[in-house]
Amino acid sequence: MSSASHAFQALVAVASRETVKFFHQRGRLLSAVVRPSLWLIIFAAGFKNVFGVAVLPPYESYIEYQVYVVPGLLGMVLLFNGMQSSLAMVYDREMGIMRLLLTAPLPRSYLLFCKLLAGTFLSLLQAYAFLIVCALFDVNLPWWPGLVYALPAMFLTGLMLGALGLLLSVSIKQLENFAGMMNFVIFPMFFLSPALYPLWKLKESGAEVIYHLSLYNPFTHGVELIRFAMYGQFNILSCAVVLGTLVVLFLLAAWGYDPQRGLVRRRG
Amino acid sequence: MSQAVLHVDSVSKSYGALKALNEVSLSVARGEFVALLGPNGAGKSTLFQLLTGLFVPDTGRIEIDTHDLRRQGSQALAALGVVFQQSTLDLDLTVRANLRFHARLHGMGRAARERIDAELERIGLVEQANSPVRALSGGNRRKVEVARALLHQPALLLMDEPTVGLDPASRRALLEYVHELRAGRGLGVLWATHLVDEVEDADRVIVLHKGRRLAAATPDALCGQAGTANLAGAFLTLTGETPRTQEGVVS
Repeated sequence: MSSASHAFQALVAVASRETVKFFHQRGRLLSAVVRPSLWLIIFAAGFKNVFGVAVLPPYESYIEYQVYVVPGLLGMVLLFNGMQSSLAMVYDREMGIMRLLLTAPLPRSYLLFCKLLAGTFLSLLQAYAFLIVCALFDVNLPWWPGLVYALPAMFLTGLMLGALGLLLSVSIKQLENFAGMMNFVIFPMFFLSPALYPLWKLKESGAEVIYHLSLYNPFTHGVELIRFAMYGQFNILSCAVVLGTLVVLFLLAAWGYDPQRGLVRRRG
Repeated sequence: MSQAVLHVDSVSKSYGALKALNEVSLSVARGEFVALLGPNGAGKSTLFQLLTGLFVPDTGRIEIDTHDLRRQGSQALAALGVVFQQSTLDLDLTVRANLRFHARLHGMGRAARERIDAELERIGLVEQANSPVRALSGGNRRKVEVARALLHQPALLLMDEPTVGLDPASRRALLEYVHELRAGRGLGVLWATHLVDEVEDADRVIVLHKGRRLAAATPDALCGQAGTANLAGAFLTLTGETPRTQEGVVS
């Protein structure tokens, strides 16, 4: 058996297991779609006339608020799933399945990368499920070819957020930590970004510190990468930040799972 | 002695000030059943974690089927089948899906289906193949774990206290089954336990105590060395600890 074929089979093993488990948990897909849909349908409706979204790249004319928030809500889907993948790692560790994975005859970092890819695949699935909701509510998005261009952008952002989840799983001790993750990771990342409002609004309001924090938030760049890609534009800065963050987070996670250091040593 | 499928050379491992393993050496030959006997906290689990590559030893060397675990990790792990003390089955997946998951991780390709069918047949669980593991008894779950460890036809089988949580009949059945495998397939087996009665039929017994190897000999030779009539007495003499059996503490 060639090593390429072996590596592919391992990826199929991890991805198919994650997918089967995902579809067993029906509530997970439902909540993944309902969560951003509530923001789109209720929040965006309420704020439609509160925010005046000026013309700003990549948009060429005034847009509805609903149109503005979709890239941010797609980012939210990717962010939530990245964090849930992290908890799935903790679950696997508690159930002992992580041992089985880490004793497979393949490099450990590759096995972790399989986990990351599998989680990102599920993220994309949920993101496109949410886009169906957007279509049903007649949101004026650049459907074709915008959503095709958005695919690589969402893939990269999903990988980056999945890598963050992977890294967090190194230090999370228990499954019950999702509330902590919501408060300390998901909400700050989401609100310190242009997901719900353009960043210049923060500057205009005099919230300089928050504005600068948002500029350095990798999630900001994930959202902007997706937003620009949907309109056929390539945001080089955002792409560089997302790629760079992905590499750093993944390397740190691989280091955390190293048998000489990370969690396996502590958890046995 | 025939070719060693496991060779552990002067392995040590510390956690801070605690020396979990101190210069431990041992070997297992093809077709040999070696029992690793030690009370809880002797270092058995640490040794198994080193043998499976989950930890790295501070010093010393581990070879599995002539492959250095550190430098040729993938080849070494490919020659290894493991049954962990804690179950590592996915309870929500079916028996077959659990086996398929393992087969893919080992890159077995098209051979997997046939091997899975053969192992299921052997353990008599063909009819439960599509049942979730959750529906199986403790004894049958263990059987599935052994079947899974054997799917990729390893040269060495590691069993880390595999009878924990099983009833006496299932314990005996599992022990007999692994003895059969050893004889039938020429597998090297390293069976860790703290129960003296599980090691009576072993080819060799290695006594581990407080991270040190105290003795390594056949059960009869061990009794001879300790000057006792049975293994329980030998264990007491060697370690100063009261031996345990399936039924409890030996009085």
